[in-house]
Amino acid sequence: MSDHHEHHAPTGLKRWLFSTNHKDIGSLYLWFSFIMFLVGGLMALVIRTELLYPGMQVVDPDFFNQMTTVHGLVMVFGAVMPAFVGLANWMIPLMIGAPDMALPRMNNWSFWILPAAFALLLSSVVLSIFADGNPPAPNFGWTFYAPLSSTYGPASTDFFILSVHMMGISSIMGAINVIVTVMNMRAPGMTMMKLPLFVWTWLITAFLLIVVMPVLAGAVTMVLTDRHFGTSFFDAAGGGDPVLFQHIFWFFGHPEVYIMILPAFGVVSAIIPTFARKPLFGYASMVYATGSIALLSFLVWAHHMFAVGMPLAGMLFFMYMTMLISVPTGVKVFNWVATMWRGSLTFEVPMKWAISFVVLFTIGGLSGLMLAFTPADIQYHDSYFVVAHFHYVLVPGAIFSMFAAVYYWLPKWTGVMYDRFWGEMHFWNSLLSVNLLFFPMHFVGLAGMPRRYADYALQFADYNFWISIGAFWFGISQLFLLWVLIKACFLKKGEKATMEVWDNPEGLEWTVPSPAPHHTFDTPPIIK
Amino acid sequence: MPSTLFHRAAALLTTLMLSGVAAADWTQRSAENMRPGVTALSQDVYSLHMTVLWICTAIGLLVFGLITWSIFAHRKSKNPVPATFHENIVLEVVWTIIPFFILIGMAIPATRVLIHMEDTTEAELTVRVTGSQWKWHYEYLAYEDDNNVGVGFFSNLATDPAVWERPILSGGLFPVGSARSRVGAEREALSAENPNTFNYMLEVDNKLMLPAGQKVRFLITADDVLHSFWIPDFSVKKDAIPGFVNESWAKIPDDAVGIYRGQCAELCGRLHAFMPIVVEVVPQDEFTAWLEEQKAASAEGPDMTPFADLDEAMAMGEPIFQRACAMCHGAEGQGGIGLPLAGTDLMNNSDRVQENIDILVNGRGAMPSFRAQLSPKEIAAVINFQRHAFGNDGGDLIQPDDVQQ
Amino acid sequence: MSEQELEPQHRNIVRKLVFAVVGMFGFAFAMVPLYEVLCEVTGLNGKTNSRAITQVPEGMVADEERSVLVQFVTRNDPNMPWAFEPMEHSVRVHPGEIKAVNFRVRNDTDQDMVSQAIPSLVPGQAASHFKKTQCFCFDQQPLAANSEQIMPMIFYLDPALPKHLTTITLSYTLFDITDRVNGRAGEVAAR
Repeated sequence: MSDHHEHHAPTGLKRWLFSTNHKDIGSLYLWFSFIMFLVGGLMALVIRTELLYPGMQVVDPDFFNQMTTVHGLVMVFGAVMPAFVGLANWMIPLMIGAPDMALPRMNNWSFWILPAAFALLLSSVVLSIFADGNPPAPNFGWTFYAPLSSTYGPASTDFFILSVHMMGISSIMGAINVIVTVMNMRAPGMTMMKLPLFVWTWLITAFLLIVVMPVLAGAVTMVLTDRHFGTSFFDAAGGGDPVLFQHIFWFFGHPEVYIMILPAFGVVSAIIPTFARKPLFGYASMVYATGSIALLSFLVWAHHMFAVGMPLAGMLFFMYMTMLISVPTGVKVFNWVATMWRGSLTFEVPMKWAISFVVLFTIGGLSGLMLAFTPADIQYHDSYFVVAHFHYVLVPGAIFSMFAAVYYWLPKWTGVMYDRFWGEMHFWNSLLSVNLLFFPMHFVGLAGMPRRYADYALQFADYNFWISIGAFWFGISQLFLLWVLIKACFLKKGEKATMEVWDNPEGLEWTVPSPAPHHTFDTPPIIK
Repeated sequence: MPSTLFHRAAALLTTLMLSGVAAADWTQRSAENMRPGVTALSQDVYSLHMTVLWICTAIGLLVFGLITWSIFAHRKSKNPVPATFHENIVLEVVWTIIPFFILIGMAIPATRVLIHMEDTTEAELTVRVTGSQWKWHYEYLAYEDDNNVGVGFFSNLATDPAVWERPILSGGLFPVGSARSRVGAEREALSAENPNTFNYMLEVDNKLMLPAGQKVRFLITADDVLHSFWIPDFSVKKDAIPGFVNESWAKIPDDAVGIYRGQCAELCGRLHAFMPIVVEVVPQDEFTAWLEEQKAASAEGPDMTPFADLDEAMAMGEPIFQRACAMCHGAEGQGGIGLPLAGTDLMNNSDRVQENIDILVNGRGAMPSFRAQLSPKEIAAVINFQRHAFGNDGGDLIQPDDVQQ
Repeated sequence: MSEQELEPQHRNIVRKLVFAVVGMFGFAFAMVPLYEVLCEVTGLNGKTNSRAITQVPEGMVADEERSVLVQFVTRNDPNMPWAFEPMEHSVRVHPGEIKAVNFRVRNDTDQDMVSQAIPSLVPGQAASHFKKTQCFCFDQQPLAANSEQIMPMIFYLDPALPKHLTTITLSYTLFDITDRVNGRAGEVAAR
């Protein structure tokens, strides 16, 4: 069987363009997301350069808005989501003992749509910088609230709409693939309650994607028809309502938040037991907690819009539901702590990332709990406090868990250990800078600095200066990761990794050689 | 009862963290924490915030303490043989139930404050607040028994565009000292009223005047895109939605006379950061007198006396241009988000005067109409200014009557 | 190949998932009428009834004990040049009492135009209790160049109106929809 495959294995560009191999596609996703992470990061640095001092120094306020918009879109749809899809592609078949993803040709498609979508989106930024008259790129925030994006949107909004459609199709195809793979391709004996938690969290994430990505597609379609086909979904003059847009958007948007964090829970739940040398505490409650978080995520969307003027009963309902989410989230954090408790801990680089994930994600979770309280949220809403909150759950949350995953599985992917020195450098610099970057945002937000401001009053000046310094530091730190990756993936330099890599880790992925061969589990393993 | 306990704790912390709420300049404003504000509502919100903050801090410290302990005590060199437990039903139930009760304890005061916040009844003054790109429009609709007050004005950023277009705090890449000390060093030479320094980005030409001691209701709406009306010291934040009306309220205590500042809190396009809100709270009798004065002025109708000469018109037009036009067309008429004015045909061709007037009065494309914001005389003054400044030579003097038609 | 062996099984799940995706795309659009209904029922966003109440409930009597101040405010969309104002800025009514109020519009331009008034009522809690039997806002209102018109609105307050609501403000925003009516929607959108 493997002869048959190798016979056809193309090389060079064709290998990647036509690949249906889950490992190749996983690598493509991971590299794509890393590039997008750097692109979105550059945009963040433009924002932070402008905000280093009060006064407009570097860019026009409108270009500033374009940067905040495209930074958000690139990071959400280009960096975090594809990174987790890449991880799913690489690891799910290995973890459940399947030879590949269930729908390999669709897998190829769902990846190759992405570069096209982002080329389209980013071309509007390129035009905004270089073309005559600087036609603005999307400048209405990643949440594209109508009517700023519909009636008042720049011409490039149409690029944005098409690219969001493409990203949505890509995500939906990826989600279908994950669901079918997990449902149908588990090795004999791999029952659902034996699945590694990463597979569980991804399965639930995939269902969330199936449910909410079409809603996002609906929202952008309505913006499109409002712009060009005379409908007035969001235009009061024609009987529409701008607030309706926010309801539709956040019906997508809140589950989307969990789409970006549930796989991170899975990653951390894989790493902590390995380095604690102790099984994961409360596996079943982890699964149920993930499920309840996913279900509750459909009942809290309006907590993003407490200032739009809602009936009292509505506000109370969404406040209580939002508070409730902290219960299953708390269960997860307690479980990780209990997993570490009385273990035999060592602190290799992936473990360092995982522990800092638990601590910093908890900070983001607690500020999220504060945001649930409607009367207080009236003051926090649309201030830097919100910016601090969601960056804490996304950067030291989702992205740190990705870093943890990369360091944890890199030896399996490449066959060589990561460079320890630069790995440590990457970790310590990122850890310190990320807090310098995001922690003071809580302060300026509480003191009253609204988000998406290109210029600010003087009481915010000191903290903004240090926030910007933190941003440059964090940005530079990511170049250490680039070096670690180049060294391991392309130069293949480093200590040879064993099959198990770590000290007796759990999971099927550690039963195949390092690097994992192109084809694994052609004969399914038997799980006892 | 938990709520009184929370209150007491919060009150203590209030005194610890209090900052001058009606501070004349930012060197006295808090840069770290929410301000308690001046209304009963905003102080309730502040107590709720502090309560929740301390509970979250306690939970956080507990979790981080356990992790830290584990990192030290359970590392491999100290604890070479790991334990093997992986579940404990009692423990898991306990840490599900306890947070649940903590949440209920926090939900009770939150619900109470929210119900208070939503009670807009029995207001004595109703002000309509309309957001537009990028200014606020205040209209006094009803005061006490008068349901048709008919006083209104626009409020624009007073910080000079020429100032924010250039950095005001750039002291090299790594300036020594804080922003406070750098601006503070010059404070002797500067007035705290100066919109370009102490209240940089937070000063407007026309303040929203409100009476102390009376309940004020804001009817909030928008002309174009979403905006959000935010005054932190009153705990008022409500979105302004085109075509729809939202309401919010504030009752400022009698002893809280002073100036309060807020900003637009919903992304509304290019100059989102440049439309602050400034409220001046005055004693009730002073407010009544002010309102009568405004009513009398608006009953008189617009001032239509002709300009004596071009110099007089230009002198009147320049400050209006800098405040209402320069944000888009540039302080030197060089253009920006709006078209350039310096040396263009429209400005210099005397046959196009009528078109020029038309655009200002009715708007065109992205250019808004200034019919409601400026009087005919002010529009005439601005046109005279722009047609004769920036090297333009746009023909004869325009009089208020030319605009009126 | 193992892939082909499993295919019918895959196809089954894929079909269900694609069905779910299409359904959710439809759901996004279904949220539009759902939201409308929710607004009418709960008064979310202060929308009042958009079609005339044809039957006043039988035996409705005015509740003389209570009187509610109803304020009328008007405003124009910035692109609307007409003059638009209520002829009475406020009325006191008893719940259950039927009341008529007139609004005046004047088109001073040289063009025949069409307008649409959009109502919005605060507090939102009162919206579902504010019943209109006749309103200019139910229809588009054409008005010839240089002419004036009186537009009536007849309403009553449902006696079930919560007791603590003593002031209700009804706001109308007048939009120019001439281009939209004349099928030049493209120009409106490109504004």
